[in-house]
Amino acid sequence: MDIATHHPAQHHAAHPTGVLRWLTTTNHKDIGTLYLSFALVMFFVGGLMILAVRAELFQPGLQLMQPDFFNQLIGVHALVMIFAALMPAATGFANWMIPLMIGAPDMALPRLNNWGFWLLPPAAFLLTLPFLLALFGIGSGAIDTGWTFYAPLSIQGGMGIDFAIFAVHLLGISSIMGSINIIATIFNLRAPGMTLMKMPLFAWGWLITAFLLIATIPVLAGAVTMLLTDRHFGTHFFQAAGGGDPILFQHLFWFFGHPEVYILLLPVWGLIPHILSAFSRKPIYGYKAQVWSFAAIGILSVIVWAHHFFTAGLPVPALIYFMFSTMSISLPLAVLFFCWIATMWRGAMSFETPMLFATGFIVLFGIAGLTGLILADVAADAQYHHSYFVVAHFHYALFAGGIMGVMAGVYYWLPKWTGRRYSETLGKWHFWLTVVSFNLTFMPQFFLGLAGMPRRIPDYALQFAEFNAISTVGAFILGVSQLLFAWNAIRCMGGKGQPAEARAWEGARGLEWELPSPPPHHTWEIQPEVK
Amino acid sequence: MAACAEEIPKPIAGWRRALLIALLAAPAGAFAAFTWNFPEPVTPVAHETLKIHNEFMIIITVLFTVVFAIMIYSMAKHRKKAGHQAAGFTGPKGALQWFWVLVPFAILLFIDFVLMGVPAVHALIQMEDSQSRADMVLKVTGMQWKWQYEYPDSDIRFVSALATPPDQISNAEAKGDNYLLEVDNPVVLPVGRKVRVLLTSTDVIHTWWVPQFGVKRYAIPGFLRETWLKIEQPGTYRGQCAELCGKGHGFMPVVVEAVPEADYLAWVEKRKSMALAAADATERAWSKDELIAQGKAVYEKICATCHQPDGRGLPGAFPAIAGSKVVNTPLIAVDGKPAKDSHVDRVMNGKPGTAMQAFKTTLSDVEIASVITFQRNSFGNRQGDMIQPAQIKALR
Repeated sequence: MDIATHHPAQHHAAHPTGVLRWLTTTNHKDIGTLYLSFALVMFFVGGLMILAVRAELFQPGLQLMQPDFFNQLIGVHALVMIFAALMPAATGFANWMIPLMIGAPDMALPRLNNWGFWLLPPAAFLLTLPFLLALFGIGSGAIDTGWTFYAPLSIQGGMGIDFAIFAVHLLGISSIMGSINIIATIFNLRAPGMTLMKMPLFAWGWLITAFLLIATIPVLAGAVTMLLTDRHFGTHFFQAAGGGDPILFQHLFWFFGHPEVYILLLPVWGLIPHILSAFSRKPIYGYKAQVWSFAAIGILSVIVWAHHFFTAGLPVPALIYFMFSTMSISLPLAVLFFCWIATMWRGAMSFETPMLFATGFIVLFGIAGLTGLILADVAADAQYHHSYFVVAHFHYALFAGGIMGVMAGVYYWLPKWTGRRYSETLGKWHFWLTVVSFNLTFMPQFFLGLAGMPRRIPDYALQFAEFNAISTVGAFILGVSQLLFAWNAIRCMGGKGQPAEARAWEGARGLEWELPSPPPHHTWEIQPEVK
Repeated sequence: MAACAEEIPKPIAGWRRALLIALLAAPAGAFAAFTWNFPEPVTPVAHETLKIHNEFMIIITVLFTVVFAIMIYSMAKHRKKAGHQAAGFTGPKGALQWFWVLVPFAILLFIDFVLMGVPAVHALIQMEDSQSRADMVLKVTGMQWKWQYEYPDSDIRFVSALATPPDQISNAEAKGDNYLLEVDNPVVLPVGRKVRVLLTSTDVIHTWWVPQFGVKRYAIPGFLRETWLKIEQPGTYRGQCAELCGKGHGFMPVVVEAVPEADYLAWVEKRKSMALAAADATERAWSKDELIAQGKAVYEKICATCHQPDGRGLPGAFPAIAGSKVVNTPLIAVDGKPAKDSHVDRVMNGKPGTAMQAFKTTLSDVEIASVITFQRNSFGNRQGDMIQPAQIKALR
């Protein structure tokens, strides 16, 4: 991509200051910062919840909490991590980077953008408020069904469920608005000459994600609304006594829930190639193949949902169909792995923190992918299903594949965002502590699952004690290590650290590196021309 | 933990375990206390499941090793520090390169749909074959937070609940070997017989799981699901509910005792005579003290999980029995039937949409009569009246 016209530095950033600036901002960079900061805060909120859970699971017996509170923590942990940490982090990236990378002056719908973000804090508040209310004797606490809302357990539950339903509605509206904005931006505001097939992979990953969100979030919203009417208005969508079907809820939920996995991962798969290319000092390998893989995964993701409940007693032909359609996802995913490794192959690699996280991501996400392949097998799944094997599997996917990918991206673009270099030493410590403690936490959970420990139990048989103790130790190291990340990032945001050049990394390519670090408040007001 | 009894799942021996340990870089140490794989299989389905699991683990371990060996080789070799110059290629060029690029995907296609797909379909069809040539039926009903088992051929029905004392759970007392995996009434099944298992639930979705059987299936309220077992060797097999079903989810184990055919028949006879004795108990007149004593035991086993041992409930979640409006209603309305939302009605028919289930389906007449009498005369409730098992029987 050659840039024909260079962008002149512009400084007319007239906007309110203080709190009002952040409340009223329509600037994609400000909103990106809001999303990312919110995600960081909620990452620690969700993390603290699960550390309480791991502390309870350190030893057999009930030590710290009663089972009902335990059930609330695991469900809210998942909802917070998925909807309030990982998804906002990805949207934060989109806000900051898509306009910079495609040469657009801002997002296409700036006011919608502001609203999209400011729906999130009330949603997070709604999710966690029932904890506080319960302290004052109002209600029985937060949602206690796990993040999956399975009926009829969720019909039985207390008002924490209603709070969670409304929170999901708000989060869903926010996601859909963000998606519309991203699609509108990508389709309308690309720099002249940037055809779709010249567009950065990160924008491609998000484009597919946005379509997936628009296709599936309404299904989730519908399912939880049906749940709401079952709870309060006497409908029987999911109650057999009135002619409903509890498994219908699972079909609807996972029609959203499985694509959700790719909604969380596609933005990361989009950004990883940029990092690999930059630190291998070599162009991205197989660009077109990756774009088509994104699209293929997007399509496949909406036709495999029932593998989340193979043990529900589905008919044999359905089981065979869902098994093979699920296994098919391994093909486009293998294309991505192939391209990632081929991008590194015969490069001139150096291993700064973003590259460490990117390569760590590939290896650990590989474990998620491979265990996913065997989870697709219906017969063996009867053993894995709802055991700790699944818990380990999806944390390899969502922590290693999601969060670690996001961290790679943060380290990669932090110099661009803040104009400051983070501490490389701290970054490397953060990486190695994270990788070691992550495996210490989740590798034992594979074996716990194989040995027969069900998930979501507050207390367990004695044969599971050793692995649980190891896992808890790992989780606490993992949790504390993330403070290094927060410190490193906040330091840069506070203007500390070495100043960063426009092209912060030797091998970095793309329009965003043509701009100064940090970029001025408004960028690409005159769009660059891409040849 | 090493002292655990024989039913603690044993790690499968041999090279597969060694392979797993080596390749997954598990921490070295006291292997005796750790299990690395499925517990020992005892049904045809579990054998098949373990076999394909092991094969698939080997396949994915090989894939993992090969792919990441290439990557790590590249990371070591193609470093800037080592003076490596970056190449500039962005895709395959020429027929030969295309061939080598496409080969891995052809291999993966073969692995997915043949190497893994064929045995997987085979195992799946075997697993779902629950109806052909079944020797007997076991009906399993999940309910918060216990299992009810029925043997339709022998007219046997009983509830099986956790037998671990609360003091062990609250760490007031040392934990037994089968902590949380022990029940008051285990399921007894004959060895070598094909048992068709029908599953349902009375409240929320539960999942019946015994790892050594290779069987896990949802128990869905209002629907029947099925699976099957053919246990190959006598023994006690333990499992748990695998679907989050409320606060007692971690406390509803499954215990199956597999015994030789003759022992099974003897057990059936014993169960039948117990049923006869229970019928006698229903017919006779009970004194109030007898009912209260019996009812206390029932309360502690069935009701205390939610309503708490002190009868005070959990505010916001489970109502108190002490001073309860429902408990302090007249026993029988003028027409001789329990009024709606009266004490008897609530215990027998439950409250739909809550964890309060219709106990008439699981408790005997004696149990219902005694627990009602107990609740009316305990926790500060002073109704002073009682209800006879025979009256409950008449109300069913």
